[in-house]
Amino acid sequence: MLTPLTVAVAVTALALAAWCGHAAYRDQPTKDWHFIGMAVVTVLALAQLVVGVVLLAQGREPADGTVVFVSYLLGAAAAIPAVGFLSLAERTRWGSVTVAAGAVVLAVLQVRLHDIWGGGVG
Amino acid sequence: MAEVRVRTGPPASGGIGTGPGRLLVTLYAVFTVGAASRSIYQLSTRFDEAPLAYVLSALAALVYGFITVALVRGGERARALAVGCCVAELAGVLVVGTWTVLDPAAFPDATVWSDYGMGYLFIPLALPVTGLLWLRRHRRPAA
Repeated sequence: MLTPLTVAVAVTALALAAWCGHAAYRDQPTKDWHFIGMAVVTVLALAQLVVGVVLLAQGREPADGTVVFVSYLLGAAAAIPAVGFLSLAERTRWGSVTVAAGAVVLAVLQVRLHDIWGGGVG
Repeated sequence: MAEVRVRTGPPASGGIGTGPGRLLVTLYAVFTVGAASRSIYQLSTRFDEAPLAYVLSALAALVYGFITVALVRGGERARALAVGCCVAELAGVLVVGTWTVLDPAAFPDATVWSDYGMGYLFIPLALPVTGLLWLRRHRRPAA
């Protein structure tokens, strides 16, 4: 899998988690700027989905199997939009905590994606 | 009566799926999707390798699913169901966790509850405790 992209998604996701965690600490709901941040992370995750599918189409084989790999890619792409919608419904600090939690989950998914692909660049 | 103002916004007490409950819903949803897809995949492709572990994973997914739905739906009956499922979940983590420590040979492959959920940062152990504490605060319906 494209390692720089995986790292980029993980790092931006952790940054988003810290940012929304800070908003929660200050007792604030998610604001427009947070949603722009979520959009950036989501675009990266979608790019990863596309790259992953292209690699599969080229005949590459993930170490742990195609089904697991695609499931994780889809989960990674859906994570931030899902918590983003939840935070729209929860206009309190807990909406911010929820987004932070979802972003941490996304970062963990990146580590797993790296393992599933079999590590390395390619 | 003049000047009776209708309060907008969430009711003072909130539901079991709002406020901090929203975070619980998220975490339970993540674990439901994770445990369910994992067990469906493992049960359908290599059931023979570790049948016990995979069946327990499916059971965990079911429990997580019930709690997620109960938290989202809210209401007194859903709350009661969620409490029951949280107790079952806690018992599952403790029993399966102890079992995997005492008799690792019975588990060639891991479950969500192996080693008290260590592979998942002990969240499987923390969730039911948090869930029960949260649900306790909502024992009485809003007066």
